[in-house]
Amino acid sequence: MDTRNFTFMFYGFLAAWLILVVYVLMLVARERKISDQIKSLRSMMDFKDHK
Amino acid sequence: MREKVIYALGVAAALLLARNLYSIFMVLPDEASQGMIYRIIFFHVPAAITAMLGAFVAAFASIMFLVTKNFRYDSVAVSVTEVGLAFLAANLVTGSIWGRIIWGIWWTWDARLTSALVCWLLYAGYLMLRHAIEEPTARARIAAVFNIFAFADVPIVIFSIKWWRTQHPQPVFWGGGSIDPAMKSTAVLNLVALMLLAAVLVLIRLRQEEVQREIDSLRRYAHAVV
Repeated sequence: MDTRNFTFMFYGFLAAWLILVVYVLMLVARERKISDQIKSLRSMMDFKDHK
Repeated sequence: MREKVIYALGVAAALLLARNLYSIFMVLPDEASQGMIYRIIFFHVPAAITAMLGAFVAAFASIMFLVTKNFRYDSVAVSVTEVGLAFLAANLVTGSIWGRIIWGIWWTWDARLTSALVCWLLYAGYLMLRHAIEEPTARARIAAVFNIFAFADVPIVIFSIKWWRTQHPQPVFWGGGSIDPAMKSTAVLNLVALMLLAAVLVLIRLRQEEVQREIDSLRRYAHAVV
């Protein structure tokens, strides 16, 4: 196998996958934020029911 | 049902990506003049096509929102645009790394690269614009108009290498260029894999957008009731 420019090819694949991984992590963070919002909405509703 | 579709598409994308990566690194022949760096093309080109397809879908969804006022189309537009932006970023970065070796420069202001960067900036602006507008109906309407405006750059990105003489290579797949059949089939299969991956991400983002819309409307209702 011709190994010329292996380093830059590695950087290319690494960068591309890193971008997608960072985006997936952003999706996970948004999922957490949404479940926190649902919890706070539930507690708001419970508070109103008790009132 | 949607969960099962997401899992099924995710498994299909993972299997196809694993198969393609094996093919890219272990099976395909070397390129005579470029060495290993040419293998970036199997990610660079499919990422660009996936991003451009996303732009088409987002523009269509934006038009449909303006026609029907159905917020589901707005959710589709924002989900597809966000995922497409990630793929376009991957395309720009891999292209820049390839250019550093083949051209000796990280970047040049030729028509293809510049229009692709402008495209990325426009769609990033679309997402920022959405954050800046609080009222949901106004946000969806203004964002839809902006998305259609941003789409005007997409044909320029696609055809720039035909319309102008560019540093960027002429198209291999649709411009009369030749490529080894094994390389072509791997590129096509990786395009399918990246599109499956994009579909999974869009479906997850779409579900988040719909739940967020529901939460926002419930919160407004709860405040109104107090």
